[in-house]
Amino acid sequence: MAIIVVEGLTRRFGDFTAVDAISFTVDAGEIFGFLGANGAGKTTAMRMLTGLLAPTAGKAVVSGFDIYTQPDLIKRTIGYMSQRFSLYEDLTVRENIRFYGGIYGLATRVIKEKTKALLAKLNLEHAADLRIRSLPLGWRQKLAFSVAVLHDPTIVFLDEPTGGVDPITRRQFWDLIYEEAAGGVTVFVTTHYMDEAEYCDRVSIMVDGRIDALDTPGALKQTYNAPSMNDVFVRLARGGTRAE
Amino acid sequence: MITVNNLTKRYGKTTALDDVSFEVGVGELFGFIGPDGAGKTTLFRILVTLLVPDEGEAFVDGLHVVRDFKALRLRLGYMPGRFSLYTDLSVEENLTFFATIFGTTIEENYDLIKDIYHQIEPFKKRKAGALSGGMKQKLALSCALIHRPRVLFLDEPTTGVDAVSRQEFWEMLGRLKNQGLTIVVSTPYMDEARLCDRVALIQNGRLLSIDTPANIEAGYRRPLLAVKARDRHALIQALRAYPHAYSVYAFGEELHYTDARDETDPEALRQYLVTEGFAQAAVRPIAAGIEDVFMARMQEQGEG
Repeated sequence: MAIIVVEGLTRRFGDFTAVDAISFTVDAGEIFGFLGANGAGKTTAMRMLTGLLAPTAGKAVVSGFDIYTQPDLIKRTIGYMSQRFSLYEDLTVRENIRFYGGIYGLATRVIKEKTKALLAKLNLEHAADLRIRSLPLGWRQKLAFSVAVLHDPTIVFLDEPTGGVDPITRRQFWDLIYEEAAGGVTVFVTTHYMDEAEYCDRVSIMVDGRIDALDTPGALKQTYNAPSMNDVFVRLARGGTRAE
Repeated sequence: MITVNNLTKRYGKTTALDDVSFEVGVGELFGFIGPDGAGKTTLFRILVTLLVPDEGEAFVDGLHVVRDFKALRLRLGYMPGRFSLYTDLSVEENLTFFATIFGTTIEENYDLIKDIYHQIEPFKKRKAGALSGGMKQKLALSCALIHRPRVLFLDEPTTGVDAVSRQEFWEMLGRLKNQGLTIVVSTPYMDEARLCDRVALIQNGRLLSIDTPANIEAGYRRPLLAVKARDRHALIQALRAYPHAYSVYAFGEELHYTDARDETDPEALRQYLVTEGFAQAAVRPIAAGIEDVFMARMQEQGEG
């Protein structure tokens, strides 16, 4: 069952076509890798799919809601985390969880239960009352992910969630992703680590605002006769002319 | 070119750098490989005279980083991780500014930056703040080079940069190295280690290893196998349950399995996986990469 359906989605800024009539679908429970060079249009596309930016043309339905007419319902149904912004650094771990739970309208009792379960799962009980700024990046990112799925979203959008994270934590982060996907959450993720592209069920590669390739990592490697996703990516993205 | 003895730097209770010592030779391309928060930026800021260490000392091009900081600043180029040019000045104005404060001109050193600056010259009237990420990076590198430094410090120049631009950036560094420049660069991307003459693996303020990439890889002490089968997540669980498993990590389309014993038997492992329901499992011995070594060192230190 498709949970994201995109048809001819386009966004122009003046004369510049940032996203150029892209079409694809994402199935429920899928881990979908959304790749592209810097400036290829990923962020613009993601902002449209998360209800933050109105398209110029085309259609998209996210979790059953239309991106033109129901962006607020989309925002309520999805989770989002990025490398740049995720948690409030001046709030403690517990406060951040309560804050995000509150924003998504969870009952106080539910927030309490979820806080307990989440802290136990991440082995963060000892750090519950520490401010985020004092935590190592890896812990923060795992926590940010768990907070992004606190309200049981249908889809979670992850924008370069593992940038700069150490290699062991990066893999633990992907364990969390697999766990959520196994529980039925759809994962829509961007990354510059090409080994992580291999962890996705399917991968799309954007070049100059278009989706130039979309398939499973295995099929893409076969199509482009490349030993790794890095080679597939470099081959496709080198064809891009857009100065990012 | 660089000698560092027992550098330590603390911020309150946090030890950002813990007794770090190393040397970098003239003309070397030397890399610090480690995640965010490992201490790379603190180390760089000390070496470029912007931060004073609590303990230890460091010399760059024969000059003491604290006592001789003024003389040293003329000899080094520094590109910080965060974009630090004047966003309200144009591309050309930024470059002229940096040339002027170092008492030189763009013309005098144009040959050194030509290769890089050439690519942004069509936009020289544009304000630096309006440049794309890749162009900002090229301008910052041009500004760091304009006074013809003897040593160049680049703090995470490729963070957040896509795989193609990263490759192009390293090609640029290779050409600068060929012009005789000593280059010290930091990166969180383990795969970039191979592009350096020597690397230091850094984590939690400590150096885990310093050597050529090949020697670091050769120093992986345990037997390593690459394992491939469908359903990666279930495969990870099955391998971790294998009695001889030391570590199991995902690596692209394969998993890397390290055996706790001195010798391993790939066929026995394959048999085990077949009985666990992975009929198509493929197992082959491989040589370790930098990332394998890095994770093993982390695990040995009890940080995994």
